[in-house]
Amino acid sequence: MNVRRPYVRRMEPGWWWNNAFLLRYMIREMTSVLVAAYAFVLLAGVFALNRGEAAYRQWLDVMASPWSVAFHGLLLAVFLYHSWSWFEIMPKTLPQIRLGGRLVPAAAITWGGLAATVACCGILLGGTLWLTR
Amino acid sequence: MAHPVKRSNAPVFWLLFGAGGMLAALLGPMLVFITGIAAPLGWVLKPDALSYDNMLAFARNIPGKIFIFAVVTLFVWHAAHRMYHTLHDLGIRRNGLSMAFCYGISLAATLVCGYALIAIGM
Repeated sequence: MNVRRPYVRRMEPGWWWNNAFLLRYMIREMTSVLVAAYAFVLLAGVFALNRGEAAYRQWLDVMASPWSVAFHGLLLAVFLYHSWSWFEIMPKTLPQIRLGGRLVPAAAITWGGLAATVACCGILLGGTLWLTR
Repeated sequence: MAHPVKRSNAPVFWLLFGAGGMLAALLGPMLVFITGIAAPLGWVLKPDALSYDNMLAFARNIPGKIFIFAVVTLFVWHAAHRMYHTLHDLGIRRNGLSMAFCYGISLAATLVCGYALIAIGM
């Protein structure tokens, strides 16, 4: 037994539910579950690719099923929210940036990051189209 | 050195979390669209864009291997770190067990991904 007997505050199970800020916080943290789910979808594909053509075809068939396409529609929404929330909190996670002695405003960091997302997504799509032309 | 400096492991995990979060924020939406929606439905891309031959050639290429490995493993490490801390917020206090669970899954995924990419060959 701990002789200090530290005070441990009681925690209600749904403490984040009734406050818009905390709810947004929890949704943002929960996007990571689906980021991991997508990584495992890709991992299954890499694993199938290694096992051979039949196994990989099976993976492609699963990916083409309506359930999978619907699930990826959900994943797309979650990833878009991840991109938004990632750059929304970036002004708080980065050290302060000064340009010419002035603090770079938070909105510039957020919108700069989102512009980078648009650019990177465009390059990825362009690269995929070029590689599979 | 009689008393080695005791260092925290937090920066390592935070770096992996940050790298995965950044990669997911920059490329995630388009990756999901390409692999999960456009290619299966034959939208935008050719229907055989993700065919066995195409993907095998991609995975046998060093830049392709690095890309696949980075996406899969960093996404998983990102999620593991976030879940480890969110479990704490949900009342499962940070301890060795929750740490082993979260980071153990991402370590396993990293090993499987690395094995598959090596086994695919050059």
